[in-house]
Formats: sequence, structure tokens, C-alpha cells
Amino acid sequence: MNTVMDSVVFKFIYCMLVSSDECANSFKIIGSGFISEKYAIIGFLITAFFLIFVVINGALVGVLALIWGERRLIGRFQARVGPNRWGPWGIFTPVADAIKVMFKEDISPSLSDKFVFVLAPILMVVPVLLIFAVIPFGEATFLTDLNIGVLFVLAITSTNTLSVLMAGWGSGNRYGIIGGLRAVAMLLSYEIPMALAAVGVILMAGSLSIIQVIESQQIPYAIFQPLGFLTFLIASTAELNRSPFDITEAESELIAGYMTEYSSMKFGLFYLGEFMATIASSAIIVCLFLGGWKGPEILPSHFWFMIKWILMICVFIWFRATFPRLRVDQIMELAWKGLFELTLINILSIAILMLIWPDPSITELWIMTGVNWIVFFASLWIFGKLLGPKPLEKNGVTRKIVLQK
Amino acid sequence: MTKCFSGEKINELIEEIDPKSVVSTNLDSVHIKPENAINIFSKLKDKENCQFNLLNSLTAVDYIDHFEMVYHLTSTIHNHSIVVKIICGEGRKEPKVSSVVSIWKGADLQEREVWDLMGITFENHPNLKRLMLWEEFPGHPLRKDYLR
Amino acid sequence: MSLRTEPVTMNVGPIHPSTHGVFRMRVTFDGEEIVDVEPVIGYLHRGSEKLAEERTYTQVVTLTDRMDYVASMTNNQSYILSVEKLAGITPSPRGVWLRMIAAELQRIASHAVANGFLINDLGAWHTPLLYMLREREKILEMFEMLCGARITNSYLRPGGVFMDAPDQFWPALNRFLDEMPNRIDDIERLLTTNEIVLIRTQNVGVLKKEECLNASITGPVLRASGVDWDLREKNPYDYYDQIEFSRPLGEIGDNHDRFLIRIFEMRESLKILRQCIENIEPGPVRPKEVPFLVRPPKGDSYVPIESPKGELGFYLVSDGGISPFRCHVRAPSLINLTLLKEMVLGDKIADLFVTFGSIDVNMGEVDR
Repeated sequence: MNTVMDSVVFKFIYCMLVSSDECANSFKIIGSGFISEKYAIIGFLITAFFLIFVVINGALVGVLALIWGERRLIGRFQARVGPNRWGPWGIFTPVADAIKVMFKEDISPSLSDKFVFVLAPILMVVPVLLIFAVIPFGEATFLTDLNIGVLFVLAITSTNTLSVLMAGWGSGNRYGIIGGLRAVAMLLSYEIPMALAAVGVILMAGSLSIIQVIESQQIPYAIFQPLGFLTFLIASTAELNRSPFDITEAESELIAGYMTEYSSMKFGLFYLGEFMATIASSAIIVCLFLGGWKGPEILPSHFWFMIKWILMICVFIWFRATFPRLRVDQIMELAWKGLFELTLINILSIAILMLIWPDPSITELWIMTGVNWIVFFASLWIFGKLLGPKPLEKNGVTRKIVLQK
Repeated sequence: MTKCFSGEKINELIEEIDPKSVVSTNLDSVHIKPENAINIFSKLKDKENCQFNLLNSLTAVDYIDHFEMVYHLTSTIHNHSIVVKIICGEGRKEPKVSSVVSIWKGADLQEREVWDLMGITFENHPNLKRLMLWEEFPGHPLRKDYLR
Repeated sequence: MSLRTEPVTMNVGPIHPSTHGVFRMRVTFDGEEIVDVEPVIGYLHRGSEKLAEERTYTQVVTLTDRMDYVASMTNNQSYILSVEKLAGITPSPRGVWLRMIAAELQRIASHAVANGFLINDLGAWHTPLLYMLREREKILEMFEMLCGARITNSYLRPGGVFMDAPDQFWPALNRFLDEMPNRIDDIERLLTTNEIVLIRTQNVGVLKKEECLNASITGPVLRASGVDWDLREKNPYDYYDQIEFSRPLGEIGDNHDRFLIRIFEMRESLKILRQCIENIEPGPVRPKEVPFLVRPPKGDSYVPIESPKGELGFYLVSDGGISPFRCHVRAPSLINLTLLKEMVLGDKIADLFVTFGSIDVNMGEVDR
């Protein structure tokens, strides 16, 4: 209960309900609530449920906003307008989409395994909602401050592997099965670089709590350890099944992959889960690498968090509009031959630097940053040579287009 | 400019390969005997002054009293082309001709198409199935006696 | 311990996002690897060849539009050339230049669509495709000026074209010629050095010269394999013999070469268009003496042309009547599919669609 009380929002609502000395001291103006301290647990539960309600609904509205934003932004990327019919600038398009999805016929194929088929979309959405529990949306604004927050996030995000496999298997469709199996191979592979990239952050912060990680960032870790940031960004793009790692859906290959047989709100739940995961992952990246709510004091901390969050989401949208898809063997190659080693290099360099400067001052931090950037460019250059496209020749034939006169 | 051989020239070429296999000589094409076709075509492809390595087109025409196969051959090396025709079968009954897939792989889908729409059987074709229409389709629609 | 595995057979299509129409492949996968492919076609078969036997020579022009609906002008051109040879019609010069302009514009449009969809098959969420379609849109607008239709043009007639270009056509064409080189450069910069495009397309779906020729594969696919065979230069029809242009040739014959060849050919088409504009002179677009009902003498004709997909030719047989006795289409899209199995065998699932896209087939032409 104590960690939760660090959250200003929680404490504020709690104090409006419960009368206690602590509350009376903290909020002198509003005083204290009407529930006596004997039944404080009731006040606590009401506050908790209210906040969970707000966050879940906030996430759902966020998804609607993201769908609209993504379609508009991709429209601009592709030299077209994007949806603009419903409401000003088309902001009600996702609402219309949601209503449409709800009223579609719910088909479950006769070959499907009904139980697994129905359970899969639920398993997709619920874990993602759990991530929002540990995200601090601003200074002292969070649902809970888990002391193993980073580990919790990594654990929760890996459960969607199961959901994708269940969806692919349960729908009894061969496209679905291929999509599901690809998902297991890819998502499990990318768990490892993702976790290892987070290790670099944890080493510096000395804590697994997300709040502590943010507070330890005198320089945002994206600048401090670019290698860790890059690998985490790539790995979380893969975890999100977004382009260029969208082999599990792979519109041009597998139609819709594991979602092929889903319709109506089951499909809607997958859609929801996917977009919510994008939002959650962006928030995690902001917390771990971009300094969370920190920023110059001209704006409140919540605004800084918001700005960074939206920018991060835009980066994901940008990826989607730009990159073609990688092939499945190339994706695995990138995970095991590229990102895995890069994260190890990152951990190694940070560990060595921390041995030299166990308690760095700000100048020493900048020196460490410089060293990290050198390591970043050197290792990227080497790995680019090793894994990048091979020289343009085969069997001694050089590729060139001859213009025959 | 691709040199299109006249019927007389084609006749000379084929007489070199297989004498007495030309049935008739036309303005810009020849008719050859169906039983000599495979031999002539493989020689036409390999012979030094012919080298017809590209089978442009392969089709069949229903002339009501008989079916005729038409082969357009081109050499990308010498840049010349010929037209060879084969009258297949006696009258309209069971038109049959030997397949040229073993010589030009490009004949594969075209022969299947001709079988499908015109109903000419190709002997030794590796996979003679209907191409455009489904297997149970009655008749061969490009024949002149096909009724809707 | 070894796991017991078995290959999975799947129907890819007839309705699938990247089969470019109603095309079905029975594909057998062993894990991610392809062990067998069997194309099943005919879902768009409309019997154009049979329909042509019941229409007059001029009416058949509208049927040819609907064969390769991404390149209607070249279909028209091929058919009209065949009719002209059969009936011994000499076309009027302005008509010929106009139809060459139309054909080259159509080639640019078709290659733009082909490359756009190829990148789309790679998984690039429509972005390059929409850039390509934007350029194609300008060409379609010009076609609208020429003949009032955008896709099914039916612009050509025996002896030339049916209508002269309106005044606003020439400024639009000049503007297009000024803008297009930059657009092609943009696309090239965006895609040809993109590492994902490179590793996905290089050394995938390789076709050797001899295989290509033996399987009658023509067009950009053949030239990507390094065979210098362009009918515009080797067997010039219309006035292509008065025009200078170069033929881009590849070396390896993989998907990347086919992609590059199309980009280079778009540039060459622009060159041809400029020369056409220089050479065109005022005059009738169609000789007055050519009747509406053409009655060619008995005989047959086959004039192959270089369509954007490959060698396209109409084999026409006349019995002296007003409609063709037999009309056979040598469809490049169909024949280019011959080696599909050999190209993709042993590749991954994802490569199947890229290779298929790089051949650039059009289902309307495959099935006719």
C-alpha cells in the first residue's frame, strides 16, 4: 500500500474518500473524506478500481486516437489524404470502424478448436492492459511502483506469443498455423535481445523499478547507450509484429496470418491488442531510454511524457510506412547473429565503464557517453559488413545493367 | 529486321533435314507430315544455319474439314523466323500430334491451352490437363462445331 | 530423436492479396520451404478468342483492351498491326506516331504498376506502390484526353487511330516528360539501395539465359537474364526503326535485375516519347479509304510486338469475311509463367510472391 501512496493521483482520490491524519497533512485545502479510518480498505479499493477504470479506458481511447493518427500519418507518407470524412479531419473514423466491427457476423470455422479459438483474442488484450499498471505517466503519477517493473514488463509482453500461437492453431487454417509458428519462432528469439538490451539500463540504474530507472537518467539512456537503445527499439518492433517484422500477419504472403479466420469483435480484439501493445511499448521505451517524464521545467512532467510518447509512436508508424518486410530466415539471422551480439557488446562496454567510474559525476557520464558512441559506430560497422547485403555479384558475374545501343 | 523466310526457303531448309516430309509449300509457310514433326523440329533448333531457339507461338486452327497446328519459330541468334504448319489427323476425327515440350519447354502451357480449347491431343506431353476450363467441361469451345 | 514432419499443401489464391488477380497456386511447403508449385489458372477466362470470331475486325479492338487491362494500348497495337498486315492497309503517318506515343506511355504505366506491386509483395505497406500509381494516374489522364477512356481505351483502328490528340494533350505530355525523370530517380533512390530490398531480391528467382529462351519467356524477364532481344529493335514495327533507344540488359536474371530493368526501360520510353514528339507531323490520323468493315483476303498473319510484359502477337486467320475466322493471342503473361515452379523451388514462402510479382503477369491476359 505504501508504494501506491507515492502516486499523487492515487493519494488525492484516496484522501477525498478516507479521513486520516496523513491525508489531513498532505492536502490541507480539501481536508479529508467521509470514510473513517477503520474502513480505510474500502476507500483504498474504490480508489484502485476507479484508477484502473480510468487507465483502461484511457488506453482504449488511446487506441482509437492511434488508429486515426496512424491512418492519417501513413496517408501523408504515401502522398494521399487519409480518412477525412467522419468528423473534423476524420477523427471519428475509428469510432465508425469500431461500430462496424461490432456489428459484423461472428464466424467461427467448423474446423476450429472452439475453446482455443475464443480464448486467443482475450489473451492478446489482457496482458497488454497489465503493462499500463507500471507505466509512470508523469512525476508521481502511476498505478503502482513495482520494484521488479522492468522484469514484469518483459514477462508480460512475452505472453502474446502464446495468444498468437493459439489463434493460429485454433482457427484450423493453414495460413493461420504458418503465421502462428512463425510468431513463436520470431517472438521468442526477440525476447532475448530485448531483455539483454534492458540489462544495460538496469546496470546503470541499479534497480528494476521503472520509476528508479527514470530517476537515474541524468542523460537519457538513448543518448548514453545508443547501442542498447537501437537494439531495444528493433527488438520491440519485432515484438509488436510491426513492419518490417510483420511476418506473422504478412498481408502479401499469409493474407492475415494468425488472424485469417477471425471476424467481428474477435478480430477487433486482436486489432485492439496490437495497437495497445504499440502504445504500451512506446511508453516503455520512453521510460527506459528517453528519460520518462523528465524535461525542462517550462512544461509539467506529464506533458513531457506525452510528447515523447507520441514521438515514439510516430517512429513506429514511420517504420511501417517505409520498410519492406524481411524474410523469416533473415529475421532470425538478425536476432541471433546481429542483435544478440550487439546487446552483449553493449552490456560489456557499460559494465567496464562502470568498473572504471562506479559513481560517475556528470562530466564522467559524458565521457562514458562518448565511449559508448564510439563502440556503437564500430560495432555497427563491423556487423553491417558481416550481415549486410553481400557484394553485388554471383559466380564472378558483376551485377550491372548494360544499356545496349 | 527479322527475316521472315518464304515458303520456298523453308521447304529447302526442311528438305535438307528430312527429305520428302513437306506436304505442301505455301506463300510464307509449309505443311509438314505429323509423323516427322519431332525430328524436324529438333533439327531446326540445333542445326547451324537454323537455330530456331525461340518458339514464339503455337496454336491450332479449326478449318472445319481438318485441324491445323501452327508453329511460329524464331532464332534470336540469326534473327530470322519461319512458320511451320501441320495438318493433324484424318478429317475431324481424333486430331493428334506429337508434343514439342521436350524441344521447347515454352510449349508446355500453350499445348495444354490448345488441348483444352481445341481438343487436339499431344502425345508424350508430360502433363496434358485442361488449362483454362475445369476437367468436367463438356467439349472444346474453340471448335467450330461447339454449340453453346 | 527426429521429429516426424510432413509437407503441407496449400491453395494460394484464387483470392489472395498478392496473386495480382484471380490466380491459384497449389503450393506444397516443407516448413517454410517450397517443394512444389502448380499454377491453376482460368478463373478469369472469358473466351475472348471465341468471342472475336463473331465480331467484326473493328469490334474486336474492344476485346483486346480487356485482355491485359494494365496495358490496353499495346494490346490494341498488336491486334491492329496484325489486321493491317492481313488486309494490306498502309496506316497514315500521324496515326502511327500517335499510337507509338500511346504505346510508350502505356509501357511506362505498366512498368510503374509492375514495380510498385513488386515492392508491395515485399511487404512495403503500399508506400512505393502509391508513388507509382500517382505517376500512372497522369498517364491515364492523358489517355482520357486522347480517347475519353482511361483503362479500356480502344483507341486504335485499322489504319491509325480513331481521333486526333486534342490541343491540351501536348502540353500535358511535355509536362509529364519534364517531371517523370525526377520521379523515376526518386523511386530508384528510395528502393534500389534499400538494404531490405537488396537482401530480399538479390539472387532469388534466378533465371538463366538458356532456360529463358527455351521456355519462350520474353520481355523484361528475358532481358534481365541478359538476352538482347527487344522486338522494337530486332523486328521494328510501326516507326521504331526511325528511333534511337537503348535496351537495358541484366546479367544475373534475379528479381532485382528484373526490377532494375523495368526502371531503366521507363527512362528509355521517355527518350522514345521525346523523339516521337519531334517527328510527328500534321495530317490525317487515319486514311480515308480504309472502310469501317475491313474485309481482308483469305490468309493469316502474325505480327509480334514488344508489349510491357513480353512478346504479344495476334495470330489472325481470315476467310474473306468481315470477322476473323480464328483469332489466337500469344499471351506473354501466360507463357512467362511456364518456369514459375523452377524459379521458386527451394525458396522460402515469402520469395514465392516476390518472384511471382517480378515476372509481372496480368491475369486478364493469362486467362483471356
